[in-house]
Amino acid sequence: MGDVVAELLTAFSHVVCIDDGSTDGSPTIARAAGATVVEHPVNLGQGAALQTGLHFALQDPATTEIVTFDADGQHLVSDAKAMVARIQSGEADVVLGSRFLDHRTKISPVKRIVLRLAAVESHWATGMALTDAHNGLRAFNAATAARIELSQNRMAHASELVQQLSVLKPRWVEHPVQIIYTDYSKAKGQSLLNSVNILSDLLFR
Amino acid sequence: MHIIVQIALVLAVIIGSVALMRGGSNARYLAIRRILLLLFAGIAVFSVFFPFALTRLARFLGIGRGTDLVLYAFIVGFLVTMATTNHRFRQLEKTITELSRHIALEDAGKPWEAGRDEGGKPCEAAAVDPLLPDPDLKAPGAGSQHEV
Repeated sequence: MGDVVAELLTAFSHVVCIDDGSTDGSPTIARAAGATVVEHPVNLGQGAALQTGLHFALQDPATTEIVTFDADGQHLVSDAKAMVARIQSGEADVVLGSRFLDHRTKISPVKRIVLRLAAVESHWATGMALTDAHNGLRAFNAATAARIELSQNRMAHASELVQQLSVLKPRWVEHPVQIIYTDYSKAKGQSLLNSVNILSDLLFR
Repeated sequence: MHIIVQIALVLAVIIGSVALMRGGSNARYLAIRRILLLLFAGIAVFSVFFPFALTRLARFLGIGRGTDLVLYAFIVGFLVTMATTNHRFRQLEKTITELSRHIALEDAGKPWEAGRDEGGKPCEAAAVDPLLPDPDLKAPGAGSQHEV
């Protein structure tokens, strides 16, 4: 994670790490690498961490764009940079990463089918024609980020985010990104069974 | 004839349950649920003394035995309780989230403020946060890291 922060700092002026109640000393590593760390006193979930990060970044009046980036090293800094550039060029308010727009990402067939189904479902439910609804790499301009209010603490926040964007109607584009499945991110990432939890979180809110 | 009664019963049960579940935790629905609970308890006690009355009622409704009637009532009650508990749990979770977020944002260093201080050292202020909370206070078993 220290490497992820260090690499991000070569491209961006501020890196904020949200520590979601970890006990393994991650905040120290993140600080040593030069990130600002915001620590949840207890474990809340990824959606809550995302919302806290947006809140924190927006407290700085100088914030113009915000990128959400998984700390496990599954994203590429070059992708993030290109996404911010598309916002700065005035092309869009929100740039969403998609691993299905090019052929860089190596992905198992089952996972591909589940993610594609999730994308079709979210298209059907929100009218947003995304190719990859569950990609953690996203870029927002500050005005759009300020209007996002995630209440799903756990994994269903991705669907919730798409749903809110479909109401806010910012100018959005998808950007091809590569996901690097390391052993760590595989262990940490969403298992396929977790899609059941996501569905039930969404249905019984 | 029976099938019509049965369909009507199932519909009544579903509509009643959904209405009670959707009602959430406001006072009116809470009162209705409590009245139903009292009613249920009353009928249960009554059926101990007059078991045939309940069976007759069940027969009339096309269910068969009085025990089955009690079972159905119990299932509905259980589902409603589950939904209510779930709803309350979510409210509680929301409260905790807001509280934790507030604490987290308060405790975090604000590099942009440090940067504007005269003679401040912005980089170090951003990297070293003196307000490290006691690690013992953290939740056990939790360990996900998310970067924003």
